[in-house]
Amino acid sequence: MRRILLGIVLAAFVGSLGAGWVAAKHHPAQEKVTIVGSTALQPLTEAVAAQYRHNHPSTNITVQGGGSGTGLSQVQAGAVNIGSADIFASQQDGIAAGKLRDNIVAVSGITPIVNPRLGVKNLTLAQLRQIFTGEVTNWRQVGGPDLPITVINRASGSGTRVAFEQAVLKKGTHAVRAQEQDSNGTVKEIVANTPGAVSYISFAYLNQTVRPLKLNGVAPTAANVTTNRWPIWSYEHLYTQAHPSRATSQFIKFMQTGKVQGSLVKDANYVSIHEMKVTKSPTGQVSERK
Amino acid sequence: MDELKKQLTTASAESRQEWRGKLISYLAIVIIGGLVATILLFLTSKGLALFTKDGYSLGTFLTSSNWQPSHHFYGALPMIVTSFAVTLLAGIVALPLALVSAVAITEMLPKRANQWIQPVIELLVGVPSVVYGYVGLTVIVPRLGQLFGGTGFGILAATCVLFLMVLPTMTSMTIDNLRRVPKEYRLASAGLGATRWQTISRVVIPSAKGGILTAMIFGMARAFGEALAVQMVIGNAAVMPDGLMSSAATLTSVLTTGIGNTVMGTTSNNALWSLALILLLMSLAFNLLLRLAARKGEH
Amino acid sequence: MRAEKVDKIATTVVLALAGLTGLAVVSFLVYLLVVGLPNVSWHFLFSPAESFKSGGGIRDQLFNSLYLVVLTMLVSVPLALCAAIYLSEYAPQNRLTALLRLAIEVLSSLPSVVIGLFGYLVFVLQFGLDFSLLAGALALTILNLPLLTRSCEDALRQVPALQRQAGLGLGMSKWRVTTKIVLPAALSGIITGAILSAGRIFGEAAALIYTAGQSAPAISYTDWNPFSPTSFLNPLRPAETLAVHIWKVNSEGLVPDARAVSNGSAAVLIITILAFNLLARLVGSLIKRRLAK
Repeated sequence: MRRILLGIVLAAFVGSLGAGWVAAKHHPAQEKVTIVGSTALQPLTEAVAAQYRHNHPSTNITVQGGGSGTGLSQVQAGAVNIGSADIFASQQDGIAAGKLRDNIVAVSGITPIVNPRLGVKNLTLAQLRQIFTGEVTNWRQVGGPDLPITVINRASGSGTRVAFEQAVLKKGTHAVRAQEQDSNGTVKEIVANTPGAVSYISFAYLNQTVRPLKLNGVAPTAANVTTNRWPIWSYEHLYTQAHPSRATSQFIKFMQTGKVQGSLVKDANYVSIHEMKVTKSPTGQVSERK
Repeated sequence: MDELKKQLTTASAESRQEWRGKLISYLAIVIIGGLVATILLFLTSKGLALFTKDGYSLGTFLTSSNWQPSHHFYGALPMIVTSFAVTLLAGIVALPLALVSAVAITEMLPKRANQWIQPVIELLVGVPSVVYGYVGLTVIVPRLGQLFGGTGFGILAATCVLFLMVLPTMTSMTIDNLRRVPKEYRLASAGLGATRWQTISRVVIPSAKGGILTAMIFGMARAFGEALAVQMVIGNAAVMPDGLMSSAATLTSVLTTGIGNTVMGTTSNNALWSLALILLLMSLAFNLLLRLAARKGEH
Repeated sequence: MRAEKVDKIATTVVLALAGLTGLAVVSFLVYLLVVGLPNVSWHFLFSPAESFKSGGGIRDQLFNSLYLVVLTMLVSVPLALCAAIYLSEYAPQNRLTALLRLAIEVLSSLPSVVIGLFGYLVFVLQFGLDFSLLAGALALTILNLPLLTRSCEDALRQVPALQRQAGLGLGMSKWRVTTKIVLPAALSGIITGAILSAGRIFGEAAALIYTAGQSAPAISYTDWNPFSPTSFLNPLRPAETLAVHIWKVNSEGLVPDARAVSNGSAAVLIITILAFNLLARLVGSLIKRRLAK
């Protein structure tokens, strides 16, 4: 008796699983878009995806972190639809950038930050360079208090670091070897707690606990990024294969619309791609936008 | 007649069942054995790719202290040294305290206290390492920064976190080993007129020596392989550490930070897998040590 | 009377040091609870996490952690139990058995980050599971197997040989003796071991960041079809667990209340693990009492 009962329960279980499988398979409306990559871009993409789903319930979008490198290699291998990255594919070792389609969905300003109690508010670009190459090691040398400088760099290979070094360091010079942190959040935490620390983060992560520095008197604002008066910024990319699926390109188009750029992108403290008056090439060349 | 012959020669229901059961349990053990072999094989082949495919020199990898993946310098020495340094430091601090606590719990405190202490230790053993790392990041690092200047991130912070993490494990294993010392030893010692301390220091601890050693190595192996808790507090500077307060990077912290930022199959990615291979080899070495310690305990 | 003096001094020193250690460790626990518990509310437990606004909860992360433990247990308990049966009932005393035992021991000494990377390489990339609960569960299984196998084997071995002989004497096959006599007698030990190991994998993070993933996509708790991509039961969706969430919020989080969220999550983690431990004790003693009747 118990056996029969068990058999019935088991059969019912397997049956319902099978029915579920069939139902899921025959749900042609469900289109899947998988985005993998940049952890920094993840919160924004998730928010946009949530809004997109609101209007297109038939599209299922999953956003995952894992890092820019992972995203690019996965999209190159065809394992995911979109690889998000905060660096150009051509800047990443092992990626055939020509085979991928680049979609720029936001611009991220990057600013050097110091502890609010330090009292330094402005540096020249040359001074910033000297700090990060290790030529200047005390705040006194750049008009601050007598305090050793603690440089906190970003993980090598991270998009923020590539963009920062491209804009600040001269070609061929290496950054001083210092503490490296992987993430914007940790960097902010350290600078907020260490009087002599200096680092750099995306505008998106700024808050009262750290002070952004002016460069040559120019403030780190979205408006200054659009004209390149503020020179440290990078693109946020969504890379796809040469022929993306319909749902994939629709989602990217949605993210590039003026509505999303003006609301969610701005809310997350990124700069809208429509407001940019200049463009930047993978090698760092800035030119007037046509 | 044929009917009877058939009955006698074919397998009975009982032996068929036996056969089936045997198959299932053999299968499970084969899966596990195969799994271990696959892990070792995969990680070894991945870890050797840097030297076989990319032609990087093993000597440079092990002895150079220059780790700059973006400029194709892969010297793993700083990470190896740091991993050992934090593990040893944490072990050296934790061992005496674990031993003392275990002695106090098994030999000195009344049995009733155990009712409360045992669950607390069990809970502490189960506290996830991320939580230790988080407390390190929010409590220990800022304090160290205030005390010694600088950011507070570094070897000392990692040592503190690892110490906190391995202490409960070490203590509970030591307690088990002290309990295993036969009661007769203690009674005999007391009968000879030895004081409690003499019994503990001359009889109980020496006879549990092997087990205590095992506990220490086990705890240090755990510390050596810990990734996230260390990555959160050590500062991740892939340079040779020059003091307790200097930021450094361990094998595990470089791995967690780097894997997502590199592309499968590139040299920088292969270098990370080589670090994983070192980690694997080290855990095998710890395992060997554990066996040696256990054997010593038997004699 | 020097020995007695030494004894007194030594006792004081040992007790003082042990007391200090105990104090440090207990204050660590108390700190976590005092700082964390005020952040834990129904709202915190039952609302989804926020991307950049404050006030987010941990509903999905908490569910993911629990579901992942269930999935892992589904795979690892049968496997570990069968392996333990082999080791305690069938294994001959030879080189091969010794080698197998060595393999299990090696497995138990592997750092979780190495297992996570192996899972990333094999389950996520090779098997094409992507970042998913299933990949995470398989990685956790590897992590869980050695300890679970050992605790199951210990439990089986504690059953007196006399009981086995009685069964065999009745003409039962060895397998029948194992499943009908030994297993029920060892049940309390097996279950206790399983629950304790569940507590251990509940808080695991390093093995998961590259297998189960670091994102918690919106899921629907009304969709009970495990094959639907938005279903909370779908084992192929990426899932961030509570422990990974703590790590993530502290490193890459945009939420302004990261501190409050992680304090709360840490407290929830601790309490859940405490619950696992208590449950293990309770179940162990309950079954023992029932068997004694």
